[in-house]
Amino acid sequence: MIIGLDMGGTHVDAVLIDHGKIIKTSKIPTEPNNLLESVWKTLKPLITGVKPDEIERVILSTTICTNAIVEEKTAHVGMIIESGPGLPCDFLACGQENIFTEGYIDHRGREVSPINSAEINRASNAFKNKNISACAVVGKFSVRNPDHEIKIYDMLKNDFSPVTLGHTVSGKLNFPRRVFTSYFNSAVYSTFSRFSNSIVYALKREKINAKLYVLKADGGTMGLESAEKFPVNTILSGPAASIMGGQAFFNTSKDGVFLDIGGTTTDIAFLADGVPLFEPLGIKIGEYPTLVRALYSVSMGLGGDSEVRVENGVLHIGPYRKGSPMALGGPCPTPTDAMIAQGLLDIGSKEKAVDAMKDIAGPLDLNIQEAASLVLQTMANMIKEKVDKLLFEINSHPVYTVKELLYGKKINPEFVQVIGGPAKILAPILEKSFKIPCFYPKFYEAANAVGAALAKTTAEITVFVDTAQGTLLVPEIGLYKKIERNYTLEDAKLLAVELLSKQLSILGAEAGEIQPEIVEENVFNIVRGFYTSGKNMRIRVQTKPGLLYEMWGDKDA
Amino acid sequence: MKCGAIKMLKAKNRLGLVFFPAFDWAISPTHPEREERLLYTQDQIFEEGINDIEGIKFYNPNIASNKDIERVHFCVPSVEDRATTSHMISAGGAIKAAEAVMEGEADKAFALVRPPGHHAQRVVYGDRGFCIINIEAIMLENLRARYGHRRVAIIDTDCHHGDGTQDIYWNDSDTLFISFHQDGRTLYPGTGFIDEFGGPGAIGYNINVPLPPGTGQEGFLYVLDNLVLPILDEYKPELIVNSAGQDNHYTDPLTNMNFTAWGYAELNHRLNPDIAVLEGGYSIEGALPYVNLGIILAMAGLDYSHVREPDYDPAKLKQPQKITEYIKELCETIYKRWRNKESIAQEIIKGKEEIIRKRNVYYDTDGIMEYQTQRFKVCNKCSGVNIIDSTSDRGMPIFAVTIPQDACSSCIDEGYKMYKEADVQNYFRIYLQDRKNDIFFKRHL
Repeated sequence: MIIGLDMGGTHVDAVLIDHGKIIKTSKIPTEPNNLLESVWKTLKPLITGVKPDEIERVILSTTICTNAIVEEKTAHVGMIIESGPGLPCDFLACGQENIFTEGYIDHRGREVSPINSAEINRASNAFKNKNISACAVVGKFSVRNPDHEIKIYDMLKNDFSPVTLGHTVSGKLNFPRRVFTSYFNSAVYSTFSRFSNSIVYALKREKINAKLYVLKADGGTMGLESAEKFPVNTILSGPAASIMGGQAFFNTSKDGVFLDIGGTTTDIAFLADGVPLFEPLGIKIGEYPTLVRALYSVSMGLGGDSEVRVENGVLHIGPYRKGSPMALGGPCPTPTDAMIAQGLLDIGSKEKAVDAMKDIAGPLDLNIQEAASLVLQTMANMIKEKVDKLLFEINSHPVYTVKELLYGKKINPEFVQVIGGPAKILAPILEKSFKIPCFYPKFYEAANAVGAALAKTTAEITVFVDTAQGTLLVPEIGLYKKIERNYTLEDAKLLAVELLSKQLSILGAEAGEIQPEIVEENVFNIVRGFYTSGKNMRIRVQTKPGLLYEMWGDKDA
Repeated sequence: MKCGAIKMLKAKNRLGLVFFPAFDWAISPTHPEREERLLYTQDQIFEEGINDIEGIKFYNPNIASNKDIERVHFCVPSVEDRATTSHMISAGGAIKAAEAVMEGEADKAFALVRPPGHHAQRVVYGDRGFCIINIEAIMLENLRARYGHRRVAIIDTDCHHGDGTQDIYWNDSDTLFISFHQDGRTLYPGTGFIDEFGGPGAIGYNINVPLPPGTGQEGFLYVLDNLVLPILDEYKPELIVNSAGQDNHYTDPLTNMNFTAWGYAELNHRLNPDIAVLEGGYSIEGALPYVNLGIILAMAGLDYSHVREPDYDPAKLKQPQKITEYIKELCETIYKRWRNKESIAQEIIKGKEEIIRKRNVYYDTDGIMEYQTQRFKVCNKCSGVNIIDSTSDRGMPIFAVTIPQDACSSCIDEGYKMYKEADVQNYFRIYLQDRKNDIFFKRHL
């Protein structure tokens, strides 16, 4: 049996699954001040009556780190930043103490100027004076040569923990994002460690000896131990849980739109040939762009509890939630009131819902039913409009080859899958707006927990080869070695697949889950003078987000 | 959030970037114009996080149409036969950059595209200096056709003389062309001297600044401040285009100049172009990543003072006093000619009905020699109908008529008459470019 648990901002959802069947679900409101307790309260009813040794896996999607950031309860971080020439670098000073150091690596990974040990010692003292124990070390182009970061690490490792090294958080090029990602990783490190220790302790107490995984924003999982090293990857995994949940109920190879409609917001995601789309580089945490791999998900301020009002004869919905729907004692009309007034939903006071619609109907000169249906149709149209805008952006993403420009993949959705509270009621209305089939899964309310439960382990690595210099580098796993001049693209691809498989096992994947996929392979002749002096290869291999297995018997309604 | 105290970068000028490295196209595997050319530039742009700067937006190129090309060129025998898809995309990339500015989505735009275009002249028998079609001219004429005619200055900062752009705007006083480049006596294409001053309808509006080998930052900025900017002040263009070749850089393998990445950024800051288009520049590791970064930052109004090359050494790059003095004199001479352009024009066209320009044009990349005669009518009502009578060492003689955008009715009639009367037995192709009505005709046996 598998337990999936998704801790959201308002609720904790959990589900117990056995051989593709949902056995039990549970849901309790989140207590922001005691997240561990919330987890425990949700798990308790699920495991009551189940033999502890029957539970094989527990997968958590947790907001623990996100909350710590929002509430400013993260650790102080000392940043050592080797910024080299280029952009001004003051905007990178994200730590509580920031030391910009000498030293410079160029775009091919060649050392232009070395590090200055005296400077690092001064940084170390500055951190100690401020009682800072968490550090991050990040250099420009460190993913092309991590030598400086490693040397600095060796000077710090005995006095500080954690020390996040920029090249280990991602193999992608983007120095500012590398800085912010490394900062966040060190900042939430102890928060996550405490959480992880408590979970391990609590499960032990219940004699549950299951493997523990944590969901990442990319819709994949990692073992608890890996999560402890890279807790930044656990941030903002909520949308991923929902998207993967949607996948569990609908296996497709088509392009589609995925909507998670909640009380305050609607999250929009896309499937390309049946696979959830990624953010090109990584998620934003607050204002800060990072390299945290994530499924593409855009939130719009439109949900069941959004404020509905008429201004100058025009109906407006959102972007804010002013409180509960009027039917539940809230301050202003909401789409939920429209659903209740139309008899589509039976909660709260129908009378108050009708009153809410009167506020809308009056100025628009409509009757109650017309006003209610206008509210819901407007909501659907707003979602459609936003989806179209996002699709335009996605389909015009930059490409770099003639082939891609002429024949590149364009997403053309053939269906809309919707989950969340109002899913069932809104699906037929959305269908009218989108003019493509629109449906919701039977267990749409627990889809997020199911998504967490069934997500596979994912990883991504980048292999960078420069045969002119005779170097091969895989930053994510810290591999840096010499190679022969006749090293080929095929050699590099084989190695990439082998290393990714190893990496997945370390992250906690079981043999059956490991399906590496090469998503990028580029090879350039390095020509100097009029002769080819070597080859420059870039290979990226990943596992697609996917499910351990599909749900059966619980398909779409 | 704790790191909320810091301020993310924001561009002062909204900048549209068309970055299209065409990683799957090369003239030949070891040619300077090959897949690898913008690889390290891409690495630098990505690593610096340019795509995350608020106010900088990346665009994919458009694909230029045959009509876009025919506004500018006579491709022999046809556009399809001369330009590849990659060329149409490169020109389309420049068009996209202009479009972003004209549509108000961006304050400025930079097209980082390849292959380049500034050696492509009106007639196209083949590839010259890695160029087949002139991407700036195609951009500019597309922009004029869609958004209305504008007075434009093109400043060509490539190290090679922009002989293609010079040829295209030779007789157009609404397009001021200024090229500064390494002296043609020492570098391809061997032209670009100060007496190449424009056709009878635009004498003085083609300005060449041939600089001695070894010119450095000081010299380039001197030319800009003491010649280019004063001329622009007087000309008052509605749009400034920088034909942004980057081979004046001290590491360029094909040239002998000593310009720097910071210098290119400073030049763009002072010139303040609306649109920049990448031209040449083949120091793909040592120059392009830094020069392009510098230009991007300067155009976006961001701080470029930290942009410098790994091997930058100001002492080594110091410009000798002799060169400084030479450039000072050169600028004075050229500025005087600009001020005296009316009297120079009178002297040239006095009593003449037409001005004949006879040239041999060598297509170095393809090894073709063209033998060309251009005839410009001297007209007091417009810039004058003109024709090209040309052939090449591969044959294929052509006769091409251009009716300019400002053509008077008699020049229009004369243009159509010449087109109709040309004997198809004598020519492989006969063309008429009617710029007034934006139409193009051609005929053959």
